[in-house]
Amino acid sequence: MGHTYTPGLTVTPRTVVSKKRILPLPGTVLVEVGRTVSSATVVARAELPGKVHVVNMVNQLGILPEDLPDYMIKREGDSIEKAEVLAETKPLIKWFKTEVRSPIAGVVETISTATGQVILREPPCPVELFAYLDGKVVEVLPGQGVRVETTCAFIQGIFGIGGETWGEVAMAASSPEEELTESLLAPHHTGKIVVGGAFVGTEALARARAVGVKGVVVGGMHDKDLRVLLGYDLGVAITGTEHVGFTLILTEGFGRIPMARKTFELLRTLNGRKACVSGATQIRAGVIRPEIIVPLAAGEAIEEVEVGKAGQSREGVKVGDSVRVIREPFFGRIGQVAGMPSDLTMIPTESHVRVMEIQFPDGSRAVVPRANIEVLEG
Amino acid sequence: MTAEPGRSLTTIVATDCGSTTTKAILIEKIGEEYRQTYRGEAPTTVEAPFEDVTRGVLNAIAEIEELSGRRILEGEKIITPSGAGGDPKVGVDIYISTSSAGGGLQMMVAGVVQSMTAESAQRCALGAGAIVMDVLASNDGRQPHEKVERIRTLRPDMILLSGGTDGGTVTHVVEMAEYIAAAEPRPRLGMSYNLPLIYAGNKEARERVVEILGKKTALTVTENLRPVLEKENLGPARTKIHDLFLEHVMAQAPGYKKLISWAGAPIMPTPAAVGLIMETIARKQGINLIGVDIGGATTDVFSIFQGVFNRTVSANLGMSYSISNVVAEATLDGIMRWVPFSIEEQDLRNRIKNKMIRPTTVPQTLDELQIEQAIAREALRLALIHHKSLATGLKGVQQERSISDVFDQKGSGETLVDMRQLNLIVGSGGILSHAPRRVQSLLMMVDAYEPLGFTDLAVDSIFMMPHLGVLSTVDEKAATDVFIRDCLIHLGTCVAPTGQGVWGERCADYAITFPGGHNCEKGTLAFGDLRLFPLAVGEEATVSMTPARSVDVGAGRGVSMEQRVRGGVVGLVLDGRGRPLQFPRKAEERVRALKQWHAALNAYPSSA
Repeated sequence: MGHTYTPGLTVTPRTVVSKKRILPLPGTVLVEVGRTVSSATVVARAELPGKVHVVNMVNQLGILPEDLPDYMIKREGDSIEKAEVLAETKPLIKWFKTEVRSPIAGVVETISTATGQVILREPPCPVELFAYLDGKVVEVLPGQGVRVETTCAFIQGIFGIGGETWGEVAMAASSPEEELTESLLAPHHTGKIVVGGAFVGTEALARARAVGVKGVVVGGMHDKDLRVLLGYDLGVAITGTEHVGFTLILTEGFGRIPMARKTFELLRTLNGRKACVSGATQIRAGVIRPEIIVPLAAGEAIEEVEVGKAGQSREGVKVGDSVRVIREPFFGRIGQVAGMPSDLTMIPTESHVRVMEIQFPDGSRAVVPRANIEVLEG
Repeated sequence: MTAEPGRSLTTIVATDCGSTTTKAILIEKIGEEYRQTYRGEAPTTVEAPFEDVTRGVLNAIAEIEELSGRRILEGEKIITPSGAGGDPKVGVDIYISTSSAGGGLQMMVAGVVQSMTAESAQRCALGAGAIVMDVLASNDGRQPHEKVERIRTLRPDMILLSGGTDGGTVTHVVEMAEYIAAAEPRPRLGMSYNLPLIYAGNKEARERVVEILGKKTALTVTENLRPVLEKENLGPARTKIHDLFLEHVMAQAPGYKKLISWAGAPIMPTPAAVGLIMETIARKQGINLIGVDIGGATTDVFSIFQGVFNRTVSANLGMSYSISNVVAEATLDGIMRWVPFSIEEQDLRNRIKNKMIRPTTVPQTLDELQIEQAIAREALRLALIHHKSLATGLKGVQQERSISDVFDQKGSGETLVDMRQLNLIVGSGGILSHAPRRVQSLLMMVDAYEPLGFTDLAVDSIFMMPHLGVLSTVDEKAATDVFIRDCLIHLGTCVAPTGQGVWGERCADYAITFPGGHNCEKGTLAFGDLRLFPLAVGEEATVSMTPARSVDVGAGRGVSMEQRVRGGVVGLVLDGRGRPLQFPRKAEERVRALKQWHAALNAYPSSA
């Protein structure tokens, strides 16, 4: 016990990622265990019940709800075409007849003698579930979906917007400090996952949309530019369903922050390869972070980047570990753990917290609460 | 797991399985008193890779074992009763728990008239500890297909359907049942079972509702929660919610079947347990109180006024996960009015978003701390406004009026939260419970709630109210003993006259007689003043206030008032800043005033 949990984002050239792909409602699984799939493979399908239309029949016919069945031409379960007669009155003089026609094509679901309403339903709408990853089906959950596994390079971002997509990694920035500007985005980036450096602004994001990129990966951005992009102020950290034209992933946070060199270098080695990305972020129980997954061939290892400790469990922070400070006054700076005093230490707010001493590349040192650092994993 | 019936409890272990942390406490009978003696915590293990809530519970209890030297676990079992095998340091008499893991209990409620049965259903679900995802009503302004679409996309844990008074019209409530049936709602967790639905509406419509929903949902029928317009009957539906929470919702969550089998009392949703202990305390002490729990994602507000309990959840007002939403709702100016320095807007917005995406970080500098506490004030203030709007008398009730009411006409549905009648504010949640100086917690609550007259303030020391709530269902004495002695940290009393005036002019004269009666402090409180007098925990003083003509301290404008007040770790605060609270208009004057107030209460280190 007493183990300190230190949040960290995974950046690794090789690991195994397993994803549960689940339908929103029960349906049919179309693949079997062992099957090799690619991102666009449809692994399961379901039928979303059609839209419902409510017709207040008794008002239109001028009758009592309990008498409704006598006036209905169609019965529960009957198929109907648009404008087909659903019910009619039977006056002595035909000229006074009132008809109620269906506003949709579909089926009659219920005829209520309590409310006098008839509920019509449009035909079901098929929903297809993609594999998202290039990999292998390792488990089938009957009627629900599958689990797909892949060996890959894996990078987690800190925040993103937009859903799952895939495309080729294209390095637009030449260093982690460089801003992704409008001029760095060109027509050949169409359909690609474009990687910038420290920052992206409103103009460059507009250009990315115009060019038709699939994704943008960058160190940071200003909150005000996010508001412009979304058209509203994001209040709660739950994303993934936005439609801004592409998926956006921040690797460091809000502000102008150079991308961690390790992340940038790994992405550089992956330039030109297919990446599956998702901007979905959820920060509470069951944390979801945005991700960049580059599937690897069997036995393949990414060159030029040291292979990380994939698959091993994290054992807390140690002296010598690379960490990033994630809160003011040293926000965004990367350094090495130089000391870990075990006693509680008073910080300028007068809170007594556990701290660590960090040495930055310029040789300066700072004392930072342990809660305010992130281990650079890999 | 529990000791044999009839045997008095001497050792109790209780856990609260929260979204991120499982907190365990040990309560022991020492002499004739129950005291909370040890605590332990561990990460909650509902999510992958563990997917078994009991792992976190065992880890948290193991920490208590280490600290207390008491052996509570035998493998993966809790040893009961205490003293097993003749060793007094072995075992506990009962294990109890609350849970809000996995997002707590999420409900959708429906009624016929939005301000009547739908609102009663909402109060019922909130009181049972649920987060209400949406309130549907026949007259909510949505088209039928929009309602159906909404029900389908929500995926709640449970639905509560009410509507109609007994013997009243059945049409509208049947209509709502038809919409629910057409939506074919699916539960949030799992695909293999039907969604639990409670029908608590017009009894004349039961048969129809069963016909429509019986096969499509796991339907439970209970007493009408609004049998007549003049009366709410929330108890039976609330009990059903708790039953179904255990039987259906919890049973789907990983490890809960085992947890339920260990517990000596039904596992309660965390907010329901907090509400229960507050209700118990208000009843036992005969006071009106407001309790608040400000978390990362939500702010819960509880109130008991004249014995009527209400709870609300402001789902998107929190200090981390939904911190940006607080700023969006309060506006940046609303936040900045509490900050005693200026900061560039872009920088502030980026900092707030960075807190949202990295919620576990803590302020390292004073300015960061003051920004967070400014945001907390607005979250608390907005959550209370929300609470007041729902904690009301019944709407749509005909009121008898006499001639004297002509000059004081009040509609039905007035809020029950009357700050003049409020005796105690209890704060809970990290930002209040763990503020570096206790006076900061007091000031945050006073600024946000603007209490009127004489009000006690306290904070929950280590968030043990959920544990005590569930304990109160088993042993009320044990729960109240611990609540009074170990749970609450009394901050002190705030005396705040109602009225406004020119800063520097007389607001009220005061005379404070300290314990023993030998020491008396007299003076004049001016508008804009904030004063602190030391008055320790357990001490009482007599405060006599003589207000200016336009000012009210609780007995009427210009009328003097004397009252005994209770001390605390902060002391006695006289607040002459006016009610409603007055701020200087100019930014630099506002900053100066904030600094003065902070200095008067010694709220921050002097460098601030």
